Amino acid sequence: MFSKGTKRKFSDDGDEMSDESLAGAQVSSSYSLQRQSLLDMSLIKLQLCHMLVEPNLCRSVLIANTVRQIQEEMTHDGTWQVVTETFCGGSQSPSERLVATEVLCRSREQDAEPKLFSVLSYEGCREEEVVTDETLCSVTVSDTASDVCLSESARHCWERDELVEVERDEEACESSRLGPGDDDDDDDDDNDDDDEVDDEEESSREDPKTMGQVFGTFEIKNSAPGPDSALEELFSDVDASYYDLDTMLTGIQSAPKMGPYDLLDSLAPSHGPPSIGSPSNCRSDLNELDHIMEIIVGS
Amino acid sequence: MLSPVLCSELSALEPEYTEADVISAVEFSQSGEFLATGDKGGRVVIFQREPLGEYNVYSTFQSHEPEFDYLKSLEIEEKINKIRWLPQLNSAHFLLTTNDKTIKLWKVSERDKRPEGYNLKDEEGRMKDISKITSLQVPVLRPMDLLVEASLRRVFANAHAYHINSISINSDCETYLSADDLRINLWNLDITDRSFNIVDLKPENMEELSEVITVAEFHPHHCHLMAFSSSTGTTRLCDMRSRALCDQHAKLFEEAVDPANRSFFSEIISSVSDVKFSHSGRYLLTRDYLSAKVWDLNMENKPVETYQVHDYLRSKLCTLYESDCIFDKFECAWNGTDSVIMTGAYNNFFRMFDRASRRDVTLEASREVCKRRAVLRPRRVCVGRKKRESDVSVDSLDFRKKILHTAWHPTDNIIAIAASNNLYIFQDRHSHHGHHAGHRLEQDRPPQLQDAPPQ
Repeated sequence: MFSKGTKRKFSDDGDEMSDESLAGAQVSSSYSLQRQSLLDMSLIKLQLCHMLVEPNLCRSVLIANTVRQIQEEMTHDGTWQVVTETFCGGSQSPSERLVATEVLCRSREQDAEPKLFSVLSYEGCREEEVVTDETLCSVTVSDTASDVCLSESARHCWERDELVEVERDEEACESSRLGPGDDDDDDDDDNDDDDEVDDEEESSREDPKTMGQVFGTFEIKNSAPGPDSALEELFSDVDASYYDLDTMLTGIQSAPKMGPYDLLDSLAPSHGPPSIGSPSNCRSDLNELDHIMEIIVGS
Repeated sequence: MLSPVLCSELSALEPEYTEADVISAVEFSQSGEFLATGDKGGRVVIFQREPLGEYNVYSTFQSHEPEFDYLKSLEIEEKINKIRWLPQLNSAHFLLTTNDKTIKLWKVSERDKRPEGYNLKDEEGRMKDISKITSLQVPVLRPMDLLVEASLRRVFANAHAYHINSISINSDCETYLSADDLRINLWNLDITDRSFNIVDLKPENMEELSEVITVAEFHPHHCHLMAFSSSTGTTRLCDMRSRALCDQHAKLFEEAVDPANRSFFSEIISSVSDVKFSHSGRYLLTRDYLSAKVWDLNMENKPVETYQVHDYLRSKLCTLYESDCIFDKFECAWNGTDSVIMTGAYNNFFRMFDRASRRDVTLEASREVCKRRAVLRPRRVCVGRKKRESDVSVDSLDFRKKILHTAWHPTDNIIAIAASNNLYIFQDRHSHHGHHAGHRLEQDRPPQLQDAPPQ
């Protein structure tokens, strides 16, 4: 049940993890390994998908709830913090993980701050179902470091779609919006990580469709205040849910099936150009368009 | 309790079979005279009960075809999710079938006479030469070989953004509900372009979604009451009289999870996979992953009876999660008198529980075990050492062989069990219909059942 990766991580990490595991009893250490393994399995499940047929929403909801539960528990006993700190120490290189896209797992440039990753639901598809692609979501079997990758890529996807001005804005605002970071997990918050905006931005721009489908599935939240919090607050009200995972996914998987509505779907409305309008308008318009199209197509 | 005898086994080729032949819905008609099955290929096969008690093919038709949703670039499966029969009003039979997105009303009728002696057309339908017609005749109806036709009468489409999981016909016989993962709609059987939304679980922010609807059903007698179950293990009873949108439940049936048994899988295994009202309307039967529970409608905080279907799987939940088996949705059924409940399990096993005596039995539906007219032997699953030769060890259970769909005749002790592409019909050997005349089992029945008029 325990993957090789998991073991490797725990042994590599040396200090923090070994302290953690030695501190508890044998039982609790094996429990946390099991829990970790379950978390990894769940994340992979959320990311695999059937391309042609819409995935089962019930199954996705149950898996996502399981992941949330694990995260909450891990947060409570502080192992979450430890694990992410370890990763953020930059001890591992991307090549050690199953990386599909190079951008996804770049080592963090800024100083690592412990991050809490809360798993959101399967938003983003036109009908808001999980559509995931394992090549996009380079999750490793081993560790929660993958979450960082995912969340970063996720962040980038909507960032990419937003106008570049936004980034300039955020850089400008960064210093002016220092404030208390968000405390513990609150699944409803839309706080996103703001690191490595620039680096990933360029590379991801080339292939907009490769990224971000993860985004609807995961989010990042900062757990402690810090220089990052400014940026994250800037993006705190961006609703990830408007991201159409579907669009990204179909774009990469097969012949592009994007229609005109996909483009609309994929634009993040809240910071986007004025022509897009408010998120709710966009959404209801799209729903109407969907409806009309269905009637026209004559299903 | 039943001592089931194999009555007729109507199956496709085995062991190789196509995915399209896997049966995905089984339903007896309200009188029990007919049994309808739907498969993953979108076909419906209707069996009729012969006077001697056997079920034979009555009609076959293609109900749903695969579609492609161009907007979402996704296929819509043609798999039949549910079939529900309407109460019979005249000589024709009506049934509702549904796939993920579209519900259809079919009329199945018999024709055993045809008009002969047209003036302008000859027997083959060709126009006659008018100059050759010298006299006038009145067409007469002459008997012909029985022809069973299925015709599509209504299509209820475009009302569900998510996958339809249930349909249920109201006791008023005019309306029915259809439920998808997040919404339940109320339809009139005659009106296809409009439906009313009566339950909506979709949150404002989809990221907050944590619960989906799994099954919905109307009360058998009270046309204003409906029940729906969710993935969080709750079953709600809603009264449509109180308000138009039934998001607020009238009753909530939920049992607190025993803290000793709590694990990361607790929520998943508590997800309700089927809900059935008893025939009396007094009780609710719910099926979750490991157990079946009988609820009294008057008591919400706990079930009146709990039956462990396969508790030996509790220690294997992680493996089952990995293989996705933990998400399997088993159906359940009441017998005609509400004294016995039945549900499926793995390894082609199905279980029956007698409520009064608390006795239960495990039976297997598979070709190797089921010989015609043989009495099924009870099976046992053992966790540790085998106590008997016939015991099956937990580790040797075949999780690919799952009995998800089962149905019980509305009045008699006849059950229909779907095991992948095979349909088994079992009958109580002590039934008053007496013994069965000889009827050879057709082992080589071709996989595609043709439209064959009953002989």
